[in-house]
This record gives sequence, C-alpha cells and structure tokens, in this order.
Amino acid sequence: MSEGAATDTTARPASGETADPGRLADRAAGAVLADLGSGRHRGVVVDSPPGAGKSALVVRAATELADAGERVMVVAQTNEQVDDLTDRLAADRPALPLARLSAQDYVPSRRVARHHQVTVSAQAHDVAGYPVVLSTAAKWATVGGDRVWPWAIVDEAYQMRSDLLLRVAGLFGRALFVGDPGQLDPFSTVQTGRWLGLTWDPMQSAVAVLLRHNPDLPVHQLPVSWRLPEPAAAVVSEAFYPFTGFRAGSTPQQRRLELTTRAFGGSPFDEAVETAAASGWALYELPGRHTVRTDAEAVTACAALAARILQRGAVSYSGPAVDAAPVTAGRIAIGTAHRDQAKAVRAVLEAEGLGGVTADTANRLQGREFDVVIVLHPLSGRRDATAFHLEAGRLCVLTSRHRHACLVVARAGIPELLDAHPSTEPVHLNVPVKFPDGWAANQAVMARLQQWKVRAP
Amino acid sequence: MSTLTSLARALAAGRGFAQPVCTVRHVHIHERPLVFVPLALAGEAVAPLAAMAGDDPESPRLLVVAEPRDRDQRFAFAAELASVILPYIERHTSAEETVAGGRGRDDRVRFAGAPQVLVPNPDGIAFTRLLGRSTRFRRTEGEYAVPPSVPLLGRWLTFLAECAEHPGSCLLLAATDALALHWATGQSPVEDRSLGTIAGWIDPPPGRTGAQAAADAEDPVRCPPAGPATDPGFDNEVLEPRIAAVRAARAAGDERAWRRARSALAGALASQLQPTWELMWRAVALLRRLPPGGHVAARWDRDKDAFTAHVAHIRDGGPPQPRRDTAVAAARRLTWLEWVQASYAAQRALDDPLVMAEYRMSGEAFAGQVVAAESARVDSSGRKRVLRPHITVKTEDAVTVEPGASVTSPARPKQKAHVVSVAPAGGSTLVTVELSGGMGRGLTPPPGSVPGIGETVCYAALSDAYRPPPPFPEPENTPWTHGGPPPQYVPTDEDASEAWS
Repeated sequence: MSEGAATDTTARPASGETADPGRLADRAAGAVLADLGSGRHRGVVVDSPPGAGKSALVVRAATELADAGERVMVVAQTNEQVDDLTDRLAADRPALPLARLSAQDYVPSRRVARHHQVTVSAQAHDVAGYPVVLSTAAKWATVGGDRVWPWAIVDEAYQMRSDLLLRVAGLFGRALFVGDPGQLDPFSTVQTGRWLGLTWDPMQSAVAVLLRHNPDLPVHQLPVSWRLPEPAAAVVSEAFYPFTGFRAGSTPQQRRLELTTRAFGGSPFDEAVETAAASGWALYELPGRHTVRTDAEAVTACAALAARILQRGAVSYSGPAVDAAPVTAGRIAIGTAHRDQAKAVRAVLEAEGLGGVTADTANRLQGREFDVVIVLHPLSGRRDATAFHLEAGRLCVLTSRHRHACLVVARAGIPELLDAHPSTEPVHLNVPVKFPDGWAANQAVMARLQQWKVRAP
Repeated sequence: MSTLTSLARALAAGRGFAQPVCTVRHVHIHERPLVFVPLALAGEAVAPLAAMAGDDPESPRLLVVAEPRDRDQRFAFAAELASVILPYIERHTSAEETVAGGRGRDDRVRFAGAPQVLVPNPDGIAFTRLLGRSTRFRRTEGEYAVPPSVPLLGRWLTFLAECAEHPGSCLLLAATDALALHWATGQSPVEDRSLGTIAGWIDPPPGRTGAQAAADAEDPVRCPPAGPATDPGFDNEVLEPRIAAVRAARAAGDERAWRRARSALAGALASQLQPTWELMWRAVALLRRLPPGGHVAARWDRDKDAFTAHVAHIRDGGPPQPRRDTAVAAARRLTWLEWVQASYAAQRALDDPLVMAEYRMSGEAFAGQVVAAESARVDSSGRKRVLRPHITVKTEDAVTVEPGASVTSPARPKQKAHVVSVAPAGGSTLVTVELSGGMGRGLTPPPGSVPGIGETVCYAALSDAYRPPPPFPEPENTPWTHGGPPPQYVPTDEDASEAWS
C-alpha cells in the first residue's frame, strides 16, 4: 500500500459527502492493518476520536497478527481496560488461547473469568508462549529478562506517560499505538520545567515522544464516531479535532431520544431536557455569580436534570435493528472537573434516591460511555481560568461520553471569563505547540452551545 | 489554594498580621547556614553584579563586579565566590557518622553534617542554577582558562540547585519559600516572593501592623529588592553613573580615581545588599523559633546522604553534571521526585495537626473517637494465625476514604492500617480500621499499641513509606521509541557553549 493511499483514508470527508460511514471506517481500518502487515514500519499510530471503534480495531489487529502466527502483547493503561479487551477478544475468537498477565492480588473480574480460554497469571514466564498476552502497562514494566514479543498493541497510548513507555518498549519489536489525542494528557504530581523541550520529556504522552523520535511513522485517523450522535460529532469535531475532523456513524433519524411523558406545567429543567432530547445538546445556564468549587445551586441542578430525565421516561432509539431502550439511572452520568464536585453531586443524588447515576471526574469518566451525560462546566462560577480548567482534553472528555444527549450546566459569563483570561502559558524552545488550544476549544464549544441555551430563573 | 489556606489569608488580611499555618517547623535550619544574596545585572541572563555571602551575620563578605559585561571579571567573581562557598562546604567533610544498615545491609559511613545555603527567594535559586551551569564546564587550562575553583564551584552550585528541586530537601532554601510554608500573609502568593513584605507581615516592627510593615517594604529606597533583579530606579540613578565612573577612570589610566570610583560603586551596592542580608538573618531567627517537626531530622539525614555521595563523586573524578538528563535519567528522576513529593506531603501532615486539617477538610483524613475496639481479634483465614485488631472510629469529618484504602495514624506511624468499612451514622460516620504491625510478635497486643475506646485518633490516606524505584532500562538499552542509546559523554571544548551562544 502506498503512502498516498494511507493519507487518502485520513482526509476529512468533504462536506456533503454521502459515502457510507461503515465503508469509510472499514477503509481506514484496512489501511491501518495493511501498514501493520507491510513490515515497513516499526510502529503505526492510530488517532481515534471518541467512540470510533478503537477497541474493535485493537481486537481486529490482535486476531490478525495471531492468525499470522505472531505473538502479540497487548498493553492497556488500567485493569478495567485490560479486562474489557480480554472479554472482547475472547468473545470474538472463542478458540484463541489468551493470557491475562496481572498483579499478584488481582481478582479476575466476571467478564474475564467466564471465558475458559483465558489463563490468568502473575508470572510472565508462564504465559510467554501464548499467542496473545494482555496486561496493564504498569505490569508489563515489571517483566524483565530478555523476553521479546515481535508485536505489541498499545491501547490508550495518549494517556500513557512516556516514562512508562520507556520501561515497556524493550519488550517488543514493532508496535501499533492506538489512542485518542483529544482526551486528557497524562499528568504528574511534580511540577518542573526541567525537561521542557527535550524530545524524551518524561511528562509527555507516549505517542508525543514516539513521534518526535520517529517522525516517519504513519499516523492514521479513524474517520467515524459510532458513539456520538450527529449534533455532538459536529461540535466536538470542530472544537477538539479541528484539523482531522470526523463524522457521526448514525443519522439523526436513527439516533433518537424520546420522552414518554409530558411535563406538567413547564419548568426550566423540563425545557432543558426537552431541548436535549430534540437536539442532542442543552446549556442550562444559571445566573452569573462567583462561587466556591462545590456551587450548591449548580450541583443541585445537575442532580435535578438527571432526576427529570428519569421522571420523564426517556427512551433511546439507536437504529432500525435495535429496540427502544429506556434510559435508566445506570445510563446517565454527571461529569465534573474536581473530585469534591463529584462528591457533592453524589451526596445530592443519594439523598434523592438516585444512587444509580454515575457522578465522577473527567479523568475517571475517560473511556466510558453513557446515553445521557450532564456536565458541570469546569469554568462555571470561577473568577479565573487556569490551565487546569482550560485544558481542552477535560472538556472534550466531558462532552464526548454520550450516545444521545449532553446537558451542560454552567453559570452565565463563561465567554466573558474566557475573554478576560487569554491563555498566557509561556512558550518554550523546542516544545511543539499543542492543538487545539484549550482557550479556543472552550470558546468554540460555548459559541455553539448558545443556540441550545435554557436560562434558569 | 486550599480552603484552610484561603481562610488563613483572609484572617491575615483582616487582622493585619500573618497567621501561622503550621504548628511545627518543616525545614531544617543549620546551626551555621551560609547566606548568599546575589545581585545580577538587568537585561542579562546571568551576569553577576554583586553578592553578599557568609555564615556570620556580623561579617558578610561583599563581592562586587565593577564591569558586569566583562567575561573575565565575571569569572573572577566566580573565583572569589568560590573562596567563600567552597571552604564552607569543605568544613562539613571533617566529621563522619556511621549509619546502621539493618535488614541484612552493611553499615555505611556518611558525613555528620551537610552545608546549607540560604538565598532570599526562588529567583535566587534560579540564579544559583544558572551560575552553576555557566561555570561548571569551564576549562582550567588553554584559552580562556579559569582557576580550578571556578568549575568546582559550578558543580556545587548545580548540586545545590538540583537538590532544591527535591521537595523537603534543605541544602539550598529560599527564605521566602520557607516563610510562606509556615505563615499565611494577607498578600498574594506572588507578593509573598518578596522577602521584605513577607517578613513585614510576619514580624512587623513595634507599633506597626504586618500590613503596614509590608506596605513600608514596598518602597525600594527603604527596602531594596532582595535580588537578583535590582530596582530600576537604582539602576538608572545610582548604578549606571558609578559604573561609568569606574570605566572612565580606567580608560584614563588614573589609578586613584579608579580606586575611588570602585569604592563608591561597592558602597552603593552594599547599601542595596545590607538590608536584605539583615532580613535573611531575621528570617532564620523567625524559623528557629518554631520547634522542628518529627520528620525534619530524617529528611536532613537524606540530605547528608546526598551530600556524601556528591563529595565521593567529585573525589573519584566523576564528570560534572550533564547539561541535560538522558531519557533514562529523566524518567528515573521523575519517579524519584514523585516519591519524594508524596512522602514529604505525608510527613508534613503526620508531623503537624494544622497540615493534617487540610486533609481532613478534603476527606483524605479523618479524626474522631474510638467507639469500639476488638484489640485481640485474630485472623485465622491465612496459613498462620495473625493478630489483626479492628477499631471503629466515630468521626464528624466528611470521609472520602474508601474501604480497602491504606491509612496511617500520626500517633502510630509504624503501624499499618487499612479501612474495612465506612458507614454513615446520623450526622457522623463510623469507620472501621484493621491494624497490623507495631504490636509485637504475639497474639495479644501490648498495652498502648492498639487505640482504646474513648481515645481520639486520626487516620490519613497518606504514606511516607519507602517505595523502591521500579526497574528502568540501562542507558545503553534506551529503546527506539526514545531515540535509542545516547552517545557516550566525552568532555570537549564545546561543553561550555550554549545552543544560543
């Protein structure tokens, strides 16, 4: 396969293009696998927007390599992710022997234990012969000796810190790196400018360091998000993936959210829920005010919106082949920037008997999927816009977890706050500029959300 | 800024005096620290202009560079500074102490003391680092040779500046950082980096409030900036004419006029340095008034280890610190820094109830009375029967610690504990904790080793336990993802030049 063909699939679909999203996605995945199989590159990088079939690609690549007689190590970042991949691989190939390498105190989750073909072990030498071995990066980093796998598949590679890749990279010859560049970067508790500008800065993501040392590696983009509905894909693609872009895999007719009961009277909560059901977005705007982080009004509004969605009997439609599914508490999440905010939301939810609704920070929601997500905007009620609150990845994670609708709760005045706090991060020599800039991404999202604004009294 | 610090700052602003945010001192203060107050020429990255240095408050050594743009004078300054700092460092290599190895390791010997250099502010640390960087690679022979003490000084300054990056290390301290760690003022954290104003808030002269004293200290005539940057008014009105006078006298070859101009310049610079010099010793006295925290000595021991190791490195003919960390060195250092930072935060909380209060506010720690205790509980589920007492603590704190979390108590830091259950009970929370260790070898705990009913205890999800560093590849095995193995270091003439010089 030529370079030209590889870039072809990564091009942004022209507006008005009516190509079948399934065909587009297939073509992109085919190009990745062709590059992988060609043997011309030590590594292949795949950038995937939210919900673009990243895991499916990992499973497909792992099975294709295993079919070709290669041994593959699969590296994910958390036990949860490894278990997910193990489960999917096992379901996909019931005859393929899999090994789940784990820490000593790991208890196999149900979805791993139910597959008889999966061997769980804490010792690398027990499982070295398996065609596919899966584990967390942290566990792989402890595997010593001269064991080398011809192939590695690194999942969520943009969330892996490069110092961890340094410890793992000796284990494999070639690798496929898959991840979402728009999400939260890995972080360190240490603040130092010591390594700024170094190509091997250990605080950077694994992919950033990999590409700075190997700029010739092919980088592919997955062009279709199967999770995000069309209105969400348009906003998220423009704000967070301005250069590559992506499109939704479903049409608004296929992906619908309906409310089965009618509101009695009409509260702003109902208005927000109805707007979200009709258009996929809602901005529930509270009166402008500077507040503490755990703004009681905003926290209550988040919980009340979740309650209202349940009370209104929301039902989701995902396509002609799929039956209507009621949106239950377990299919709703509330996302925040800080842990104390998530805690405050959980407290309100529990008091309301809505313990089934997930409330967590962006970092913890990363990689998860819900029908409806309610976002407490990171800048709501703040006096300043710090780098933490402006981080593009944070807002991207929060606004791209949903299959049907996203409701953003915020105090009025965020665009003005942004105008008053342009990004002032210093520029350093040899540090590649990161796009999109958090400030611009926040502005873009707020500008788009205005049309779905509901004002709270 | 945490809620408690914000409160302390608001109180300080309201009352007009700095408020303590610690009950104990978290930094080690040497019995004879070396105070180093550098001044730099405006507009240059690291052009020393003057410095006051010494370990005796009564007799500071004043160093002056008459022509700061002249490279030769710059390195003459470095040589003179070396004659102050190197003997001070050398003095700490006279006495040794033996540390018991324990756990099958051999005893080892280290120096009984370590140097401590105090600079006024974080910019002083940055200046120290840059001066070290510009001197440690200088050649001692051939063209542009410098005295051998200059590169040696550079290596020590670099060592000190690198240690200052390690949270909890006290080999090189900025006075404003040390003060801000212990007191909250009514000014912003940026203003806290000014030694004059922060000292004013904490220790105002009689009859003035802290806020008034801080406002007084904003006048650059009464309280010149603590450097390395000088006051622009001083630069224009005092410094420039005097440097010009020295230059003119030199050009004219007038020895007497030159000497007079030089001493006028030195006098002017001394007037800028002397107030900061006195403030530095006032800061030392303020910090000495606080009793040291429980872990301060242990952290100073680690500093002594680092000092001993660096002396050995230099004596064995090791190369100067490289300009950049290699990929492996950077990853190793980051892991080490993360551990040092976590352990420093844990130790401060365990040493100091006011610091612990921050963690109780955020739910990572809780305190309360023991309402139930099974002190003789034995766990016989494993191969061996082991003593695993359970205690239940009733707390009013908003607990976010989850079952399974490891917690530590300041009263019994050696005892391991983990949370078994967290249950709300009315307005308060009942937390059951399982204890292990620190109770002897038998199946009955010695008295006092398990908290009794009615005792007030505190547990925090913090640990300062040593984490052995994870395995890293050897530098020669740096993988392809990180650029492959770095080239072998060979000292060359190019070492001292910068990419932009």
